Amino acid sequence: MSTPPARRIVVVGGSLGGLRVTEALLAGGWDGEVVVLSDEPHVPYTRPPLSKAALADGPDLATLAFKQRPEAARATWRFGSRAVAADLAARTVTLADGGTLAYDGLVAATGVRARRLPAHIDRTSGAGHVVRTIEDCRALHAELRPGARVVVIGAGFIGCEVAATATGLGCHVTVVAVDESPMLVPLGRAVGDAVRARHERAGVAFRLGVPVASVSGTRGAYSVALSDGTVVDGDVLVQCVGSAPCAEWLEGNGLDLTDGVATDNHLRLGSNAGAVAVGDVARFPNPLFDDVPRRIEHWQTPLETARRAAATLLADLAGAGADPAPFTPLPSFWSDQYDLRLQSFGVPGIADRTEILEGDLDDQAVVGYLRDDRLVGAVLLGLPRRAAAVRKQLLATLSDPAATYAA
Amino acid sequence: MRINVDLALCQNYGQCVFAAPDVFDLDDAGELVHQASADESARADVEAAAMACPVQAITIEG
Ligand SMILES: Cc1cc2nc3c(=O)[nH]c(=O)nc-3n(C[C@H](O)[C@H](O)[C@H](O)COP(=O)(O)OP(=O)(O)OC[C@H]3O[C@@H](n4cnc5c(N)ncnc54)[C@H](O)[C@@H]3O)c2cc1C
Ligand code: SF4
Repeated sequence: MSTPPARRIVVVGGSLGGLRVTEALLAGGWDGEVVVLSDEPHVPYTRPPLSKAALADGPDLATLAFKQRPEAARATWRFGSRAVAADLAARTVTLADGGTLAYDGLVAATGVRARRLPAHIDRTSGAGHVVRTIEDCRALHAELRPGARVVVIGAGFIGCEVAATATGLGCHVTVVAVDESPMLVPLGRAVGDAVRARHERAGVAFRLGVPVASVSGTRGAYSVALSDGTVVDGDVLVQCVGSAPCAEWLEGNGLDLTDGVATDNHLRLGSNAGAVAVGDVARFPNPLFDDVPRRIEHWQTPLETARRAAATLLADLAGAGADPAPFTPLPSFWSDQYDLRLQSFGVPGIADRTEILEGDLDDQAVVGYLRDDRLVGAVLLGLPRRAAAVRKQLLATLSDPAATYAA
Repeated sequence: MRINVDLALCQNYGQCVFAAPDVFDLDDAGELVHQASADESARADVEAAAMACPVQAITIEG
């Protein structure tokens, strides 16, 4: 009698989410194989510094690489290996080189990629920078010389951080965006305007509320034409126009892929046993807020979803029931712009109004985000010492419908 | 178990404080303060804090 082949879990995507789920599976007792497919050429590393300190100083993989738990070494890491398709019924993954890999369990950890302006607007055939990988960061860092005119398209978190870092390096920065204030969608007008004022004091120019009509030119001589007929010229161009989830490889399985991959609260793809998602690509419902599945592109999400998804997958593969307790992580996010530390908890983007809970927006403040008069998020501008208490209060309020916020 | 934080890397993000509030804290100036060692019973929290640190500044010895 021959021994059956070892059972195998394939993790697609080898960044933060892929690493943490691999560790959780192996620490959680998985005694089969784990194969991690990563289309990046090197070990996983932390991305938040890529628009902050690492962009200012130049990125160094040795410093940015994650410290891994010893279990992670038991997995087989295949770098430079991209999945192009998966068949959830046959339990196989197809690789870009044409090979296929059979699995017992599957984890989707493919995150997001940086979006670029569509080709009818971007006439540079893809010139200019984006900031998602260490290579992106290195290339942009090399061009941020004192005196360089930098045009940042997009005023979200990454656009604002790039603007602040470039200004700190002595560049002349203009931020162009269709939104009327920075970080409008996630944080709303009041906080956006307060952050804008700080950027302006540091010397950043804004052209907001006007869509980009076209981008042309080459390195050292870009022209960004706005729909009101004005033109912004620059030496360096950075496109920070959001992200697109990497979920195309899951097509053809009847999954909802409208924005990332929709999962149940156990993080199963659709409701397929034996296949789960983690991190930026996962769109999951969080009963802390409502039953609407959302993607949360925050650094803590891969950690929290990895723990949950690993437990679900191990239970499914053992034919056991998944943890019946609901999965209710509190989203949390930070951003650094100049000496300002922004910290966000909950989902401020779903609120219908804001309220200053403490302090003053021109200085330091805690801002509450309410939907139907219930607190769904809190943002701190400065006041780092208050973060732990605000977070705890928000969590208590969200968990108990009868509670009200008391600072 | 000994806890080391590379203060040259630490950006005072406070993510470790949320994970292990008994071991890590931010002072009035918003700078990280932490205990040099912790009891074995705190290991899970301290490991969670090390993982939660966005700049990988925390190392655990022993
Ligand atoms: C510049 C920048 C600044 C940030 N700053 C902050 C911050 O201040 N605070 C915060 O909370 N969060 C921040 N974030 C967000 C945070 O980094 C992400 O939430 C986190 O990286 C998500 O991890 P992930 O593993 O889910 O996805 P990713 O990190 O996107 O990893 C997905 C991996 O899968 C690979 N992949 C994709 N498709 C395939 C495929 N078909 N086959 C094989 N591999 C594939 C990708 O190459 C990548 O390596 C920032 C992100 C960036 C880019
Ligand atoms: S999480 Fe890391 S960077 Fe943040 S305060 Fe703790 S040690 Fe410092």
